[in-house]
Amino acid sequence: MTARDALLFVFVGCLIIGTGFVQSWNSALLILNMGLISAIMALGVNLQWGLAGLFNVGVMGFVALGGLAAVVTSMPANAEEWSVGGVRVIFGLLLGAGTIIATIMLRQRMAADRARNLATLVVLIGGFFLFRAVFDPGVDAIESVNPAATGYLGGLGLPVLVAWPVGGLLAAGAAWIIGKTALGLRSDYLAIATLGIAEIIIAILKNEDWLSRGVKNVVGLPRPVPYEIDLQNSESFVERAAGLGLDPTTASTLYVKLGYSILFAIVLIILLWLAQKALNSPWGRMMRAIRDNEVAAEAMGKDVTARHLQVFILGSAICGIAGAMMTTLDGQLTPGTYQPLRYTFLIWVMVIVGGSGNNLGAVLGGFLIWFLWVQVEPIGLLVMQGVTAGMADGYWLKDHLLDSAAHMRLLTMGLVLLLVLRFSPRGLIPER
Amino acid sequence: MDYLNALVAFANFVLVPGTAYGAQLALGALGVTLIYGILRFSNFAHGDTMAFGTMFVILITWGFQSAGISFGPLPTALLALPFGIALTGLFLIGTDKVVYQFYRQRKVKPVVLVMVSLGVMFIMNGLTRFIIGPNDQRFADGERFIISARDFKTMTGLDEGLAIKSTQGITLITAIIVVAVLFWFLNKTRTGKSMRAFSDNEDLALLSGINPERVVLYTWLIVAALATVAGTLYGLDKSFKPFTYFQLLLPIFAAAIVGGLGNPLGAIAGGFVIAFSEVTITYAFKKVGNYVLPDALAPDGLAQLLSTDYKFAVSFAILIIVLLFKPTGLFKGQSV
Repeated sequence: MTARDALLFVFVGCLIIGTGFVQSWNSALLILNMGLISAIMALGVNLQWGLAGLFNVGVMGFVALGGLAAVVTSMPANAEEWSVGGVRVIFGLLLGAGTIIATIMLRQRMAADRARNLATLVVLIGGFFLFRAVFDPGVDAIESVNPAATGYLGGLGLPVLVAWPVGGLLAAGAAWIIGKTALGLRSDYLAIATLGIAEIIIAILKNEDWLSRGVKNVVGLPRPVPYEIDLQNSESFVERAAGLGLDPTTASTLYVKLGYSILFAIVLIILLWLAQKALNSPWGRMMRAIRDNEVAAEAMGKDVTARHLQVFILGSAICGIAGAMMTTLDGQLTPGTYQPLRYTFLIWVMVIVGGSGNNLGAVLGGFLIWFLWVQVEPIGLLVMQGVTAGMADGYWLKDHLLDSAAHMRLLTMGLVLLLVLRFSPRGLIPER
Repeated sequence: MDYLNALVAFANFVLVPGTAYGAQLALGALGVTLIYGILRFSNFAHGDTMAFGTMFVILITWGFQSAGISFGPLPTALLALPFGIALTGLFLIGTDKVVYQFYRQRKVKPVVLVMVSLGVMFIMNGLTRFIIGPNDQRFADGERFIISARDFKTMTGLDEGLAIKSTQGITLITAIIVVAVLFWFLNKTRTGKSMRAFSDNEDLALLSGINPERVVLYTWLIVAALATVAGTLYGLDKSFKPFTYFQLLLPIFAAAIVGGLGNPLGAIAGGFVIAFSEVTITYAFKKVGNYVLPDALAPDGLAQLLSTDYKFAVSFAILIIVLLFKPTGLFKGQSV
């Protein structure tokens, strides 16, 4: 880390601390917490793009899978739903998986001819209808149990911190399947493929109510930190808050947010340390060699496809961990809110602006861009108020400009991305 | 058993909407494929280009409507279309000069251009939302139906009605005209031929004295026209919402890739393949089944293969299947 890099980090730190002084410490901690999560997502994308040159625009999908992990790990199991259809649904899913495995085995065993194609079709179509016949009644039974409150299978009831690695595993599993089918494709095709996968994952989360309650949302996820109300009712906490000159309500919200910050910071530091180790290891050098010249690396005996799959899985797993952390922070899974602009393309802006190929750069980009994303809206509103100050109240242009200030953030992000790509394509902290 | 009614129901819910949607996707995919073939990158901003062009058309349409100008039974938007195309074309050429030209001259890797197009996508998306807002806008006027379900029933005496919205008819006719003009341009005119030559072999084209900047200019103009037409037709047929247009990116790319990236004929075929698969796989066949099958076999449920929300999954699944078996698409595309 050079002095310049350190200065950049200090600068972003000052931005966040400045938020604390100018707006409120609660907003500052909110930005810090999402900044920590964004930095982790950016680390994952940087591993894939900066280190290996894989263009993954399905970040949203892996983040959402992490969110699902938080639900299936930490929510209590719903006994009634399990008894009416749980086994049936699981059996249906196994049938579905069996169909796919049978198809793959069939295609490997039989000679490539018309008979093989026919057999593939028969297995696939027959398997699909068999799967639906077993699966659908189970789903209907589960979803009709108390749909206003539950109507889904629930989870394992484990502590929510366990969900973070589980989120990573879930994302890694999905990445393995995607990588197996799509990594052989050239870069643009991979991009479209990952974009599609992310949409499919969101569609599943939105529609498979038995799994995730769909758009009815799972609320009230368990927390790794105490509840504000408990803190306010604890005498010793109120006393200590008074000692610091804070009122108990503010003190409790700050305490909870700080608790999250510490947990997230621990995860970020561990992952950053691992990523730095990987970058400076023989493995990292090999990845960069493959990225810079695939043909030469292959000639040197490196298994390019296997290495790509490996790094794709690792990067996606990191995004999955971040996704689980984010859902934990929110305390709820809301599949309807996942949008590619926010969860895929914004992460990409972070990586490119921060400096692709440099882990510290990605982390810096995560904090900086998240800060901008949050603050551009109030700043935009201020600018618009300045621009429209001379206009008469009720003038259509004034109202329109003030209303549209909220959309300034997309414009700003695009502008930042284009400016960096043009004038500093290696980012704020370039690769070394 | 009533095959005629079944056929009408099928036409009403699958054939007619599928054809209109297919034509819209095909026009979108043609734009993507042209950029890929000539400028050699996947333009992620294409969905937002469509939204951007449509926004101009809508604004002009509103202007016409308030000035009392109308197009008789046809939507006023058709009158506004040429102006929308011109404005979008100007904007795209400006974008090329300010943004893309720099990278083209430096001969950067295609994937860098894709990222640049991400930036452009953000800006266009922001501009669209800034100017017209993120909400649904309706701008269709004129006659609503070519033939309504009730008229069809009284005319034929069948139980099932067939409704053809005028927007669906206009979509198909406009698409045919646009495609015909495009192919005439690419195959018969000098500029079109130089564009194809440039797409086939850049070095050879440069050697034979083709001016690359001119080719690029025409490409953006054509892309502006295709995107604006596709976007306006989609908006007339369904409704205009910036986010929906951004989401169209996936089926459009799926169509272009399935057909073979860089191949205009493939883009059209791909558009219809994707549209019909989406519509058929997410359509509830209960009604058709009830007509065709004997009572004992009539379906209990909706007989729907997948819920409607999985339509993106369908585009993507077809994409993967085609790529696994034909890596360059149905029609031979480029594999740079």
